[in-house]
Amino acid sequence: MNIFVDYILIPIIKILFIITFVFVAVLILIWLERRFQGFIQSRLGPNRVGPQGILQSIADALKLLTKEDVVPHQVDKFIFNLSPIIVFVTALVVFAFIPFGTDLTLFGKKISLYLADLNVGLLFIIGFNSIGVFGIILGGWAAKSKYPLLGSLRSASQMISYEVALIMSLVSVLFFTRSLSLVEIVKAQQEMKVWFAFIQPVALFIFFVAGVAESNRLPFDLPEAESELVGGFHTEYSGMKFAFYFVAEFAHILFFSALVTILFFGGWLRPFPNVSWLSFLDYIPPVFWFLGKLAFFVFLFMWMRATWPRYRYDQLEMISWKWLIPLALANIFITGFIVILVK
Amino acid sequence: MNNQEEQKEIPENYEKIVNKINKIFSTAIIEKKFERGELTLTIKPQFLIPLAEFLKEESDLKFNFLSDICAVHFPKEKEFEVVYNLYSIIFHHRVRLKVKIKEGESITSLTRVWAAANWLEREVYDLSGITFDGHPDLKRIFLPNDWKGHPLRKDYPLSGKEK
Amino acid sequence: MRKTYLEHTKEIIMNMGPQHPSTHGVLRIKLWLDGETVVKSEPMIGYLHRGIEKLAEYRTYTQFMPITDRLDYVAAASNNLAWVQAVEKLMEIEVPRRADFIRVIITELMRIANHLVWLGTQANDIGAVTVLLYCFREREEILDIFEMFCGARLTLNAFRIGGLAHDIPVGFKEKVKNFIERFPKYIDDYERLLSENRIWLKRTKNVGIINAEEAINLGLSGPSLRASGVKWDIRKSNPYAVYDELEFDIPTGEVGDVYDRYKVRIEEMRQSIRIIKQALEQMPNGEIRAKVPRIIKPPPGEIYHSIEAPKGELGFYIVSDGSTMPYRVKIRAPSFVNLQALSKMIEGHLVADIVAIIGSIDIVLGEIDR
Repeated sequence: MNIFVDYILIPIIKILFIITFVFVAVLILIWLERRFQGFIQSRLGPNRVGPQGILQSIADALKLLTKEDVVPHQVDKFIFNLSPIIVFVTALVVFAFIPFGTDLTLFGKKISLYLADLNVGLLFIIGFNSIGVFGIILGGWAAKSKYPLLGSLRSASQMISYEVALIMSLVSVLFFTRSLSLVEIVKAQQEMKVWFAFIQPVALFIFFVAGVAESNRLPFDLPEAESELVGGFHTEYSGMKFAFYFVAEFAHILFFSALVTILFFGGWLRPFPNVSWLSFLDYIPPVFWFLGKLAFFVFLFMWMRATWPRYRYDQLEMISWKWLIPLALANIFITGFIVILVK
Repeated sequence: MNNQEEQKEIPENYEKIVNKINKIFSTAIIEKKFERGELTLTIKPQFLIPLAEFLKEESDLKFNFLSDICAVHFPKEKEFEVVYNLYSIIFHHRVRLKVKIKEGESITSLTRVWAAANWLEREVYDLSGITFDGHPDLKRIFLPNDWKGHPLRKDYPLSGKEK
Repeated sequence: MRKTYLEHTKEIIMNMGPQHPSTHGVLRIKLWLDGETVVKSEPMIGYLHRGIEKLAEYRTYTQFMPITDRLDYVAAASNNLAWVQAVEKLMEIEVPRRADFIRVIITELMRIANHLVWLGTQANDIGAVTVLLYCFREREEILDIFEMFCGARLTLNAFRIGGLAHDIPVGFKEKVKNFIERFPKYIDDYERLLSENRIWLKRTKNVGIINAEEAINLGLSGPSLRASGVKWDIRKSNPYAVYDELEFDIPTGEVGDVYDRYKVRIEEMRQSIRIIKQALEQMPNGEIRAKVPRIIKPPPGEIYHSIEAPKGELGFYIVSDGSTMPYRVKIRAPSFVNLQALSKMIEGHLVADIVAIIGSIDIVLGEIDR
């Protein structure tokens, strides 16, 4: 009975919960982005379908589900079908390791708000995310047409450059935690009574920029730059396969926002834990703190998209190799030095 | 069409242009006309390139801008008038050169004097059928490459020829 | 020596257009690419060729006027002005001063509207999607003014041979004054979003450079030529309408890259506001149409008249045989001649720069293909 509940029932519920959360969040994000971008651009976004247009995403999803799946005859069918799946699966799986808050107690059982907590969690997440790059590269290649090919070449070089910057910025954070597990990282911030954003601002900056580049968002969205390459690597996709790419992009936004919150902004910790007259904030469950901070970073992603132009891909590479990576390296050395001095 | 026109008094600065040309190319100008503030010179075809280069380089004239090239078809006389509108960005004066050629004749290309002539001459070739000798890439520009006929000629009907 | 793999690569020939989100119309560019660098390019046009010059020989001078609207459909009033002034020059008609002032106001408003479309589409191509919406919001106000004046927003058919169709309605002056008071703040907004933005500077500085001598030789005109440092504006050098009585500056650039063309056009918008303000103040009362015969029959002869359209030198060459229809009309379209410079500008650049450069030349296929 215990084994059944602990090892089968609860994980299955958690899996369903995570999947639902990601899907619902993505649907809401798509609607939110369109509305929000509309307001910035002095127009209304979708506001007809449902109250304030909330059901617009569902309408879009239904449309994409029922669309004819056009497969050009010259494509490599196996890889053509495989690529969206790779992108989609990797974007979804990484959510298994993200802790949403402290443990809950339900029906006398202590339930942790994450599906699994590996002690190499961070490494595994980043690694799995990198596999998603394959989906993009193969998608452009399989389509056997010049525009998607250009798009996938661009995205290959972009992803590789920014992966390095991403990982290097994380190393300096790890000086302060003893393990790679995400839960431990948040606990370390709780122990040190300071969020890593304040002691590692450079790492935060590099990580955020690299995260935007990894999820192919403006100002780094060349692989799918509509005005230049029509559609980039997903030009030849239609229907549900296109929906997979689309959902994966928004899942990436969520994912990187979540990582920034956990690694740099204390995850589910409440701000100002030392200030005693703010202790009434303790009544708010940690989940809400986590989701609140997550929402803030998602908002930042969308705000940047509405404002800035797009970098050319060689300028993009230069930013990563000439600026971000040397900066991350310098940061690691300086941080290590200071840590040794303090100890 | 050039019927008998009152030869108006040519102002001094334009008279200067004509005198300068006459000093070097004494037989080039067949007809000169000044009306409504514009100077038009009809010249012999063989003087086109030397005169164009002269007008472009001469320090008092400096016609460095080729505004337009155009062809007008006169089916009764079976000839074309190719019209070159030149402008000087430095001195702000204009001059119009005209060359009369018979149907079927070709004319030298001005691309080596002004690079702007490239597409302008292609358009004349495409729509009026005049060939330009020495043009680097003389092919149709508006109509498909396998089109037969040249629409801006007067014997081409407005609604096209049905095959 | 062993042949390395690299020697077996060759250039790919890629086609951009005619259906493409960024080529501003049906323009096809054949590109020879080495990786992403352009080795050679060849623009191919003709997809919008409607035979307008042939059509002109079968229409009267007044009937041809609405057709000129459709040449550069973004800045329709400029085409009208060029045609109407060419015919008036041919017939040696003098237009009353009040009509000239109103023509100047409409044409300068049209210049602002044209530059707003250019700015919006150029920013959109480079990725700043918000600027497009802002520019079109301002353009809406201008189009409302046009609708008040002549009933149409886009293809205005605003002028008549000899003057205007009718005088400006009541409230027109106030509306225009209201607009020009608020507009400079909007230009400041666009500049704040773009001019100092790092990303914008990186995408536009030193991209698509053409120097003054090459530009003049290629027949480039308008803001693109002025950005290369040539101070030539037909409104100042060969003035028409009442431009010789109005004070304004001609902005020029230095390098001749995409950024300079951007700066020149932004400054031109400010100068247009200045012109409109002066025209509103100095507009006299009086007639708005000269005594013109019912049936327009110019004497036999020819004329070439050009104006400074928002895109460059727009000229009409009319040959008249004394009848009611022109014998030959040749339209000197600025975008047609400007587009020749494209091959020169994109040589050696990357594919991503092509869209920026095409946007900076500011072409419209309606007048290229006629």
